[in-house]
Formats: sequence, structure tokens, C-alpha cells
Amino acid sequence: MKNRKFITVILPLVAVCGLILLNALKSDPPLKHRNIADNAGLTLPTGFTGTALITGIGSARHIAVTPQGNIYVKINRLKNGKGIVVLHDSGDKAEVVSSFGNFSGTGIYIKNGYLYASSDENVYRFKLDAKNAVIDPEHPETVVSGLINRHEHEAKAILLDNAGNLYVNIGAYSNSCQVKDRQKGSMGQKGCPILDSAAGIWQFKADKLNQHYGDGVRYATGLRNVMGMDWNYQDNQLFVMQHGRDQLHDIFPEMFDQKQSALLPAECLYAIKKGDNAGWPYMYYDQIQHKKVLMPEYGGDGKKAGGENAIDPAAAYPGHLAPNGLLFYTGDQFPAKYKNGAFIAFHGSWNRAPEPQAGYFVVFQPFKNGKPDGQWVVFANGFSGSQAQTESGRAEHRPCGLAQGADGSLYVSDDTKGTIYKITYKK
Amino acid sequence: MRIKIIASCVLMMLMYAGAQAQVKHKAKPKAKHSTTTGLAASIAKGKTVYMQTCVSCHQVDGGGVQNMNPPLIKTTYVLGDKTKLITIVLNGFNESVEIEGNTYSNTMPSHDFLKDEDIANVLTFVRNSFGNKAPAVTAAEVTKVRAAVKKT
Repeated sequence: MKNRKFITVILPLVAVCGLILLNALKSDPPLKHRNIADNAGLTLPTGFTGTALITGIGSARHIAVTPQGNIYVKINRLKNGKGIVVLHDSGDKAEVVSSFGNFSGTGIYIKNGYLYASSDENVYRFKLDAKNAVIDPEHPETVVSGLINRHEHEAKAILLDNAGNLYVNIGAYSNSCQVKDRQKGSMGQKGCPILDSAAGIWQFKADKLNQHYGDGVRYATGLRNVMGMDWNYQDNQLFVMQHGRDQLHDIFPEMFDQKQSALLPAECLYAIKKGDNAGWPYMYYDQIQHKKVLMPEYGGDGKKAGGENAIDPAAAYPGHLAPNGLLFYTGDQFPAKYKNGAFIAFHGSWNRAPEPQAGYFVVFQPFKNGKPDGQWVVFANGFSGSQAQTESGRAEHRPCGLAQGADGSLYVSDDTKGTIYKITYKK
Repeated sequence: MRIKIIASCVLMMLMYAGAQAQVKHKAKPKAKHSTTTGLAASIAKGKTVYMQTCVSCHQVDGGGVQNMNPPLIKTTYVLGDKTKLITIVLNGFNESVEIEGNTYSNTMPSHDFLKDEDIANVLTFVRNSFGNKAPAVTAAEVTKVRAAVKKT
């Protein structure tokens, strides 16, 4: 189905592009010349230009862009003791303006005159001036603290809506809520206790300080881990991209071979309403059978249906591609078909070995009236460097965060080499 | 910090124990040829175990996964004390580990379901692949560590 089509159509394309790229890289010209020649190594639809604005800024996770052309980048591993880098985009390159914040992490978002940023336990905010510059970088306010970080799915993606709410992903500190995490043959914990404090999206007040779990609302549950989330203003609701479970073969080799385990389960896009349950850990979504399947840890066999109380995904993508960024495009720069559709940054797989890895690209999912409409396509490819680097998983760059500039340009961060890309369109 | 100190003390003790074991090993110099072929066979068998059990996290090239699964290439965990390494396979490993400035945080489950011989072979394979070169691990060593681990 989708996946096979994707492989037959995209793989030869990627292979050809990879060869061209490989040749281009042989002489290794300076970054700027490469930019002009080959879209900074990216393969894009006709009319689009890719530019690497800057590289080497650290593990660039999520990003936020101001109307003044500044880019706030959340860094996952402190660089010179700082966890937020401020860049200024001057068109075809960016320069580091400053860096601040003594916490590492993933989430960053601008709303209502504040820059919000997360560590793996807390959410902070910094007041912005009229030009969206941070006024006091040394003294952030603590909005939420004490969120669970047990070294698995610890990154806290954040998002704010127009109604004064802050949404925080609290990922499950587990793969599939087994009695022994990731242990071969270990069954699921009865009434998975992880769901009480993680594996969901929590809603807090955007303007209240020092909140804890008790101040928040578990807005959605049964979501194993979410990095990409965005608000869809067409039908006024939250959309999230879930990272599906790993290791079906490792844990239940008698039910799943390595090929099945590489493709399953789907990475799912969910349209979330308050109180929704997406079904983890009791079910996973099988994009080949098009159904919710009972998790093997809870008595499933890869065929039995499950998740009767769980919502259906709005769209499903091949397994393990790791969707780390989601952005509804509301700009006017790109052609009309992109308006209100979703860009998804797939960080790229690791859990497909020994099968070839996949991903390391930005996908476009068309939308109509706030619902996915039609087949998704790979929009920006080539981050990995070559087809061989995609397959081995040794990607040069891995797309992570997405942001839209005031002029409708699309920004993509890479947390491997610390590159910030800008994608623009000209008729 | 305290954990680090304790860990390095344990490590030093184990290194001492390891050195003692090596001295003992030197005492019987016979059958060098069979040791070499034994090593090759152990590596070959170990590769099969690796491709079945370890590859999805540690990858075909042993390089691990960014932020998640540690690499097995020339790290002290892999090349260092065997007892410590065997214990990781038997008990799993559930702490963030820092290697060359990168942190790896995924959970490694216990692999005590593997037979002593399989653990010996897979560790011998890992210690002699991906650019690594370190003495083989024997099934007897795994048996000994398994007994010690069970007691604690």
C-alpha cells in the first residue's frame, strides 16, 4: 500500500539524487557554493530553494522564528553552558546573535509576548520586548516543574493555543508498558500505571507560574511519545504525531519477523480532542492491515483487533520514521495547495535494523477542512547525505524542528550537525 | 559523583581480578592453534546472536543510536573488564551513560535468557568487531558471573 508505493516511487528517485549528490560532494566546495548549486543538499519540488543558513550550532531541536527574522533554537545538549541559541537570518545565511538559558531540552515556542522553552522536567518562559528579543535572559520564570524524566522519551515538546493554554508532551518512560521494559517475552503491566503521570499530553495555564502535575489536566492519554504537535486553526484542535512502539521482533520473535518489525507499527497523526485516548499501550495501529491491533504484550498476535476505546489516527505513516516536528503551513509564499496542510519532520529510523533504515526527510500531508486529504509526499529529502547513509542510519543531518517565518518561509532544524535550513518558493 | 567514585572503585577491583585471571591463563600455553580457530568459530556464532538479539538497538555497524543506544566501538565498557560487560548483558542497563561527550539514555533489558555460550560468543564477536580487539569471553566466565549475579 502506501508504503510499497513509497518505496517503488521514491527509492529510485532518492538513489539517483544520492548519486548526483555524492558527485557534488566529491570536490567538497564551500557551503555557500553548495547552497546555490544543490539546495544545500536537499531535494525539493520544482520552484523551491533550500539554503543552509548556518551549521554547527549544536543539537538543534525545536525552533521558533520571530517576524524580525530572529530564530530561537532549543539545544538538547548544552553548548558553552547554554541551551538556547538566537540566530539572525539575513536572507541566505544566519549569524549567532547570542545564547542563553542554562538548561538543555527540546521544546520552544513564542506566544503572547513570551518565549517558552522546556527542559526534560520543566517549562520556563522569558518575557520578550516589542521586537521579540528576550529582556532578561538570566532569569526565566518557571511555568511548570517536576515533570517525569526517567531517561526514556524524556523530551518535553510544548505548544500554546490561542485560549491561554500550554500543552506539554510527557512521554512514556517505557516502550510498551511491559513488566520489564524491552525485555523479550515480558508481558504488559495490568492497568498500565505509566498512564497516570506520562504517555499523554498535559494542559497547563500559559500564564500561571510554578505549576505542578496537580495544576494540569491530562488532556489526552494513550500517546506513547509525541515530539511533533501543532494547533490546527481550521477546525480549532490539537494535532500530534506519535512515535510508535519499537522492537516487535526482539520482544515477540515468534509473532513478528525482522521485516514486519521494521515496518510496524505506524507512526500516527492524531486529531486530539480533550479527553481522547489514543490507545497505548494496549494497541498499536497497523498501517498495512488498516486497523487497530491488540498489543502482543496484552494478548495480541499481530492480527487480533484492539483499542476499542481508542481514537483512530487521522493519518498513518510507515514505522519508526520518528516524527519530531509537525507544522501546519498557514503562509502565502508556497503554492496554494500547501496552505493549511501539514509538514512533518521525520528524524529517521533506528529501529529497523538489520533492515535498511528510512526517513530523514520532511513530508507534506495535504489537508482539506482541517482533515488529512490525499496521499502524503516526501517534500524535502537528502538530509542524510546519500541513500547508503539513509540505509545504514548514519545520516549526516536529521530533520527535527519546523517553524514558519513571517514571509512564509519554512525553517528546518537538524540536531546532528546543528544546521538550520530555510526553504523558500519563487514562482 | 558518588556513583562514579563507587563505579571506578569497583572497576579497579574488577581490573585487578581480571589481571589475576590473565596471569593464571598464561600458565597453560598449549594449543595455541585451536584457540585461534576457537576464536574464529566463537566470533561467527556470536555474529548470529548479535544479528538476532542486539542489532536493532546497537545497529549493524555497532555504532548505536544518537542519544539512545550506546555505541560498541572502542568503548571502555566493551574493551574493559569482562565481568562488568557480562553483568550488563545479564542484568541489562538502565542508566544514562556518557561516552565521548554524548549521553545515551535508552533502557537495555536483561538478556539472561541467552545461554552462557551465546553470551560468551556474542561478547567475543563484539570485542573483535567494529574495530575492536580484545580477548575472547568464555562460557565458563559467563557461568561464573551469572552465579555471582544471582546471589546478589
